[in-house]
Amino acid sequence: MLDVENLNYFMIDILKELGNIGAGNAATALASMISKRVNMNVPNVRILEFKEVAEILGGEENQVVGIYFELSGDVIGNMLFVLDMSSAINLTNMLYNRENKERELDEMDISAISEVGNILASSYANSLSSLTGLKIAISVPSISIDMAGAILSVPAIQYGHISDHALMVETVFEENQNLVVGNLFFLPNLSSFDKILTALGVN
Amino acid sequence: MKINTIKVGMADLNVTKAPHLLTTLGLGSCVGITLYDSINKIAGLVHVMLPSSKEIRNNQNKAKFADTGIEELVKEMEKIGANRKNLIAKIAGGAQMFNFSSNNQMLNIGERNVIATKEKLKELNIKLVSEDTGGNFGRTIILDSKDGSLYVRTIGHGEKVI
Repeated sequence: MLDVENLNYFMIDILKELGNIGAGNAATALASMISKRVNMNVPNVRILEFKEVAEILGGEENQVVGIYFELSGDVIGNMLFVLDMSSAINLTNMLYNRENKERELDEMDISAISEVGNILASSYANSLSSLTGLKIAISVPSISIDMAGAILSVPAIQYGHISDHALMVETVFEENQNLVVGNLFFLPNLSSFDKILTALGVN
Repeated sequence: MKINTIKVGMADLNVTKAPHLLTTLGLGSCVGITLYDSINKIAGLVHVMLPSSKEIRNNQNKAKFADTGIEELVKEMEKIGANRKNLIAKIAGGAQMFNFSSNNQMLNIGERNVIATKEKLKELNIKLVSEDTGGNFGRTIILDSKDGSLYVRTIGHGEKVI
């Protein structure tokens, strides 16, 4: 059976390309929501030991906003959109046309961020779906504002069942002036990987 | 003597003697289990992710599971001079970070980790003296091997010593 540790370069390239297409659409969606230019990096396929998982995103105790989704249908897995606190505040300021950077997030802000996450994750999932012809359903968003380590423990545990490593296809989005930086993670369950390869005609 | 703070990652464990500290940062649904021998001043900490090694195919990493993690921690503490009869336990973590309406068992993993931890401690006759578990927030914990006190820090949910 395919395991996270023994993915070959070919498979990693496919994950990268899927990430590229998914995130490209998500970046376009984000740009139109905030009416700003949004840049994205080439997706990074991270295969991490659990020990290392919590250290990304600026350290375990760094406070972040995480929006989590379950994927079901032909592709099983999760998506997680993460913003640091200043990005979250800047993002809501852009959405509501405000300037104040010192404010705290309120209910309205949290709901808006959650919806942005929802649109990003949906456009990512939809483009994977139209590329592969596979059905991918996405859950409603669930949001948590807390330590990065605690938030990342959730996808790590999902991988804990099958592996000693977590597989994360990570894309970093940056609004043009660097006011909003977000990380979108696609966390596929490897049991879906055969289906993806077959659908792409490369199996 | 310089006091070292020894960091324990996810699915990881470590032991130390007084006066050093053991810490694990950003516990979410995972559970941090600390054991302490107050006579020999020996402390141990394991950061487990899942309740049981028996349900999983890939179970080589003992520190990943509540059942094997606690057993392994006791062994490691004995190696540096602890006596298992002296051990007491304190635990923290087991939160549910995200709320889903669906009935996905995975999402109650925090609670299941806590239950499995308590069962294992009982089986090994290790007394659980205090806990700070559940809720929907992350925790950082620091165990002091001089007296076994466990410091718990959160974002927005206060801090305490248990």
